[in-house]
Amino acid sequence: MAGGIESLTWFFIAVCTVVWLLTMAALGFAMLRRRRTDHADPLKERPRADRLATLAVSGLVALTAVILVVLTAATFLTGKSLAGMQGEGLVLRVTGQQWWWQVTYESDQPSRVLSVANEIHVPVGETVTLKLTSADVIHSFWVPSLAGKTDLIPRRTNIQSFVVDRPGTYRGQCAEFCGFQHAHMGLLVIAHPRAEFDAWYEAQLKPAERPSEASRQRGEQVFTSRACAMCHGIRGTSAAGRVAPDLTHVGSQQTIGAGTLPMSEDNLARWIADPHHFKPGVNMPKTDLSGEDIGAVAAYLAGLK
Amino acid sequence: MSAGGRRDDGGLRAWLPTLLAFASGVAGALAVKRMLYPQAFARIAEVPGIARRAPPPLVPGQVPFDTRDDGLDDETLDRVLADTWRREPGFVGWLSSVDHKDIGRRYIVTAFIFLFLGGLSSIAMRIQLARPENGFIGPDLYNQLFTMHGMTMMFLFAVPVMQGLGIYLVPLMVGTRNVAFPRLTAFSYWIFLSGGLFLWASFMLNIGPDVGWFAYVPLSGPEYGIGKRPDVWAQMITYTEVASLAGAVSTIVTVFKQRAPGMSLDRVPLFVWALLITSFVIIFAMPAVMMASTMLILDRLVGTHFFNPAEGGDALLYQHLFWFFGHPEVYIIFIPATGFVSAIIPTFARRPIFGYIALVLSLIATGFLSFGLWVHHMFATGLPMLGASLFTAASMLIAIPNGIQIFCWIATLWMGRPVLKTPLLFVLGFFFIFVAGGLTGVMVASVPLDLQVHDTYFVVAHFHYVLIGGAVFPLLAAVYYWFPKFTGRMLSERLGTWNFWTAFIGFNGAFFPMHILGFMGMPRRVYTYPEELGWGGINLLVTAFALMLFVSFVLLTVNVVRSLRSGSVAPANPWDAGTLEWAAASPPLPHNFARIPVVTHEEPLWHERESLPAVAGLRVDAREIVVTTVTSARPDLREASPDPSIWPFLSAMAVGATFLGSIFSPWFVVWGTPVAAVALIGWFWPKGNPEDEE
Repeated sequence: MAGGIESLTWFFIAVCTVVWLLTMAALGFAMLRRRRTDHADPLKERPRADRLATLAVSGLVALTAVILVVLTAATFLTGKSLAGMQGEGLVLRVTGQQWWWQVTYESDQPSRVLSVANEIHVPVGETVTLKLTSADVIHSFWVPSLAGKTDLIPRRTNIQSFVVDRPGTYRGQCAEFCGFQHAHMGLLVIAHPRAEFDAWYEAQLKPAERPSEASRQRGEQVFTSRACAMCHGIRGTSAAGRVAPDLTHVGSQQTIGAGTLPMSEDNLARWIADPHHFKPGVNMPKTDLSGEDIGAVAAYLAGLK
Repeated sequence: MSAGGRRDDGGLRAWLPTLLAFASGVAGALAVKRMLYPQAFARIAEVPGIARRAPPPLVPGQVPFDTRDDGLDDETLDRVLADTWRREPGFVGWLSSVDHKDIGRRYIVTAFIFLFLGGLSSIAMRIQLARPENGFIGPDLYNQLFTMHGMTMMFLFAVPVMQGLGIYLVPLMVGTRNVAFPRLTAFSYWIFLSGGLFLWASFMLNIGPDVGWFAYVPLSGPEYGIGKRPDVWAQMITYTEVASLAGAVSTIVTVFKQRAPGMSLDRVPLFVWALLITSFVIIFAMPAVMMASTMLILDRLVGTHFFNPAEGGDALLYQHLFWFFGHPEVYIIFIPATGFVSAIIPTFARRPIFGYIALVLSLIATGFLSFGLWVHHMFATGLPMLGASLFTAASMLIAIPNGIQIFCWIATLWMGRPVLKTPLLFVLGFFFIFVAGGLTGVMVASVPLDLQVHDTYFVVAHFHYVLIGGAVFPLLAAVYYWFPKFTGRMLSERLGTWNFWTAFIGFNGAFFPMHILGFMGMPRRVYTYPEELGWGGINLLVTAFALMLFVSFVLLTVNVVRSLRSGSVAPANPWDAGTLEWAAASPPLPHNFARIPVVTHEEPLWHERESLPAVAGLRVDAREIVVTTVTSARPDLREASPDPSIWPFLSAMAVGATFLGSIFSPWFVVWGTPVAAVALIGWFWPKGNPEDEE
């Protein structure tokens, strides 16, 4: 899918390099060619040379036009083949927010609608259609190895479709300057074979497991009774905040803070203790939890697989 | 090009009131100066060289001929005219100057100071990006810095420096004594300076804009734009646009009405053509961004909802308005640079330019086409396929007039006998870099490619290749070329060569690897990046070469300072060039030319080796210029040229204070208007020319 873009890119690079080399060769020859030494008068008329130059320049302009027509045609053909993909396939709604991605898997059954953050799991070899919009400012969805960019614009819905050919993890990042932490607005697209994807989906639909260890129970209690629950939701608990990423299965994710830190219990603790150290200006406030409470919350969240 | 009679002025006569009303309307006044006084025709005498006739006897009761230049010898004439055209002494006199050379020089020096500030901000950014997860500067300062860098380079350096060179050189190149509207031009400089100081003072006070030089809504809108920062962006745009429009109007009228007799349109130097076309592009492009910035500040200040999607406004409307200006802006910077190249190549190739008509038509075509490309900045916004395809084709098309220019220049060098001095060296650097930038421009015109590289370092590389290669290298060539004319001193060739090679290697080393960073996926406008992406090595390399590029500008400064102190003295025409500015002294006297030359060829100084034919009959006791017809430049009238005045400065201060205050309260617009009106009344107060009243 991105393969069509890649071959078009190489074609353009090849044509442009040849044109550049020929132009530089002409310039070099113009500067260095040997000349007879007879005319000092800059206004000396040389009709024959002028005629030749007129012919040469006209020919080169015509050649330029031909090259441009070829490049334009190649563009249109590639564009057409990219636009010609059939079927909607898996439909996701992606909402850009300062500075994270809310991803909603749509379904006819309300119980099967799934909302996750910053990670998009898709089945390999199937069309994925993203409905892109924004909750605040303009963002741009870009996973370089999969497809070009599409902007997320408030009150508009843009569509991007792609097919992932090989299983794997593909990194993406916001590509439209969106304020303070534009640099830390990453996302991952993770492509699985269909069966694996289905298993992941079913697992994600389940509510969070109740913790069994005492320390993690304390973590849950702190989470649901302190400021955390004002913004974050964890299905299966009383935490029902909607303005920040849903953390029901946060422990199964690969990163913290939209690609800011790798996921681990230690990193969770460091992040909760002072998110602004890693992502200055992030909307998550620094909390006044004790070190012990932070450890408990981190342990609780890390266990939410 | 000899259109019959005076009909050839019809088009311009229809235009003039519009242009004038526009300029003064922007300044908030409706006073329009009556432009053409009914005066006696200037008498033309084709005197070979210097007229050395005995002064005619004075007859009591007749017009005293000793106020005309016919009978004066050259030395006396220069002395008397210099006294008539000089600026008033003292600080107030300095502020009151309406000499295009003073204003042009101020523009150029100020723009280079802003270049230095813009360069410093880029060095700070490069140090931050040299290592992954670097902590040199945080996101708050970084976002301000890249915004300041973009705004400074575009609005405070590139456009003003081109206009400044135009203000200085166009009157000299067309053989007149001042620009058409000297006071408007002075006003334009003071507004530009106020805007620049306003922006950098805001930055020092930590309210520098941090929303990018494009300031997209809703990020810059009332809900997400922090404090006064986007307001500073919006009003700074207003300052510089008013300044550009005022300069553009003056340039157009100077070129159309004040060319030396005989300089028909097919003998106008290509640099003058370039400035003329740029001025038209300014007049049609700048209002779009003024509208965008005004609507933005209205949204922020008085609660309108132009760009508020929740109230039926539209965020994309802003982008269309911005890029309808933003793309022509590139050509506002690039077209004058092609003028430098077209001026420098014939001089050092030792032959007239090849394909003059083709080059003029290419410039005009570029000017027109530049308005048809703006959507290629918006391919990622989800446009309909058909619309995007149209703009792909249009973007490809503009490569043709630019190709014609490149081929004609190479043909000129090919057929000439090139002499490799520093100006030509910079022009060769221009070819090397700009052609590459133009070709990557063809790449980003292609929608599928653009969607990959848009907003990545590939685009950063592309437009620096176009703007530094296409405009700054020709500008440096122009500095080396015209410095002797500006100052009467030559720049050192040896330092110039060092300057070139450090700039050339530094530039390519800094910007070529950015293409690769873009393909690797590094987005623009990020203050840091994670180590595991492997972008660190290339970024470190880029930073090292960026420092080298910075050093090249230090070398330029050293060269300029050394030359001003102890450079070898420049004759009037050190390069044996063919255009009229080299007929004036180096540096030019206040009146430019003792006698207005009569032009007989597109390279007048090559054609008339011994002496130029000249116009006689102008007054020497008052500022007078020759007005000629638009196409064939036949002498039409003698016209009074404005005297120095402090009012343009005071008007600029009044207008500037209004703009400044308006970011705090809309009432400043109300209270500022009468103050500006008083200043404008002083400016336009009738002078009572005795000759007109006879």
